[in-house]
Amino acid sequence: MKIEDKLAVNKFDIDKEVHIQLKDELCQDCEEHSCLYACPADCFKLTEDGRITFAYEGCLECGSCRIVCGEDAIEWTLPRAGFGICYQYG
Amino acid sequence: MGEKFDAIVVGAGPAGSTCGYTLAKAGLNTLVVERGKFPGAKNMWGGAYYGPLLHQIFPNFWDEAPVERYIKRRKFSFLTDDSALSVDFASEKFGEPPYNGFSILRAKFDAWLAAKTEQAGAIVASGLQADDLLRKNGKVCGIKAGGDKLPADVVVACDGANSILAEKAGLRNPFSPKDMKQGVKEVMQLPRDAIEQRFNLSEKEGLAWESLGTFTQGIPGGAFIYTNKDSLSIGVVLQLDALAEKKVKANDLLESFKQHPQVAPYLRDGKMVEYSAHLIPVSGKAMMPTLYSDGILVAGDAAAMTLVTGLALEGANFAIASGAAAAETVIEAKKTGNFSHTMLSRYQSRLEKSFVLKDLETFKKTPHLLKNPRLYEQYPKFLCSFAERIFTNDGQPKAKAMKLLKESMKGHTSLLQIIQDLWQIKRAL
Repeated sequence: MKIEDKLAVNKFDIDKEVHIQLKDELCQDCEEHSCLYACPADCFKLTEDGRITFAYEGCLECGSCRIVCGEDAIEWTLPRAGFGICYQYG
Repeated sequence: MGEKFDAIVVGAGPAGSTCGYTLAKAGLNTLVVERGKFPGAKNMWGGAYYGPLLHQIFPNFWDEAPVERYIKRRKFSFLTDDSALSVDFASEKFGEPPYNGFSILRAKFDAWLAAKTEQAGAIVASGLQADDLLRKNGKVCGIKAGGDKLPADVVVACDGANSILAEKAGLRNPFSPKDMKQGVKEVMQLPRDAIEQRFNLSEKEGLAWESLGTFTQGIPGGAFIYTNKDSLSIGVVLQLDALAEKKVKANDLLESFKQHPQVAPYLRDGKMVEYSAHLIPVSGKAMMPTLYSDGILVAGDAAAMTLVTGLALEGANFAIASGAAAAETVIEAKKTGNFSHTMLSRYQSRLEKSFVLKDLETFKKTPHLLKNPRLYEQYPKFLCSFAERIFTNDGQPKAKAMKLLKESMKGHTSLLQIIQDLWQIKRAL
């Protein structure tokens, strides 16, 4: 089962504010791309021209990307209170 | 500035709610802030709680708390790509109060625990995030939350594995991926009858099943299945640095586990209803932040209090005990009106006397031991290969067990290697 199909069953209250942003000048020098593998929600994608893009909507707020990023290129915060993932089981 | 609280607790998980409950019961004016829409909304775990601690604080909690099943059956498996060697232990003793353990879902359970805290007299404010600390003359004296300044004599940071407050207070260094495991889980609905038939359980009885083996592709970690009332919690727990290094996604390993021929039949026709993920601090004392400073204490996952003793990861008891110890220290400090780091250092002394820091000290070498890749690849192969030889009847003249054992080691391990690893295990455990 693909990650995007799994995320589709979760309950999210998606904020209009983006809570994680990439510092492009640091991100573009990276060849490791650890974020692609560390993110359990597949929020990071590699584009055809080799850039990393990030979509915050499916973020599970685990913090893995911030810790694995060797370039310190992730400006990481939590969604505003009440927004983001809302587990019904946990 | 509004009303000044005696204490503000940040985070309504097991550490925060226990802390808030203990403070409120002693009559302190306590605020618990929780960033989720309700307590539990941001929380997940594997799914089983063991031990007498919760019962000591909330006697007979199982009568009123939303527990799923009591754990009567423990199972542990080594898996290769196609086979499984398991130990399966069940005891009727586990089915008698105070019970040995329970399967629990956090969204329901944490909400219950926070309600107990509220009943004790604390204010629990959900949908409120602590963005920063308030400071006066270098001392912590409250929090900034939702644009407001909320003053308090003391702040207890129970804000979880990614603790923003411990970081803002300068009590911890940035984490390394070596210090973290990533837990990824699915909750899968199945009819009660199917769960009880497949796992050989009666009503209310539950199973906790942990596995390790080749499905993690040599990445330190394993998988779990816990039975809930009418669902299963299925997940993997994997070393974060190894996922990044090997360029593997946890979800792919979870899928391999679910599709394993010795696992898949148990999950047949299950309906996935939630997918969750969380970090688990696993380096124990080596990564622990400073636990106190002027006007602030750190407890639970925020203080990296997870015990790694082998396959099992124990966090909830450490969260509950440290939350209670933080509260007792604050109650004592309140009597003297002194919230300096010298006074709050009694929190550390309390933890040193309790199982919290004793256990973390006893098992401080274990996290390193568990990074031995042979545990996840070679040993499961060797053990399953031995079992297969023992149980195979191919009509050929039979060999004695020792000879089969030697043959099973070939290509997987050697006697010398096993002795070396056992020596390491003896030192760490």
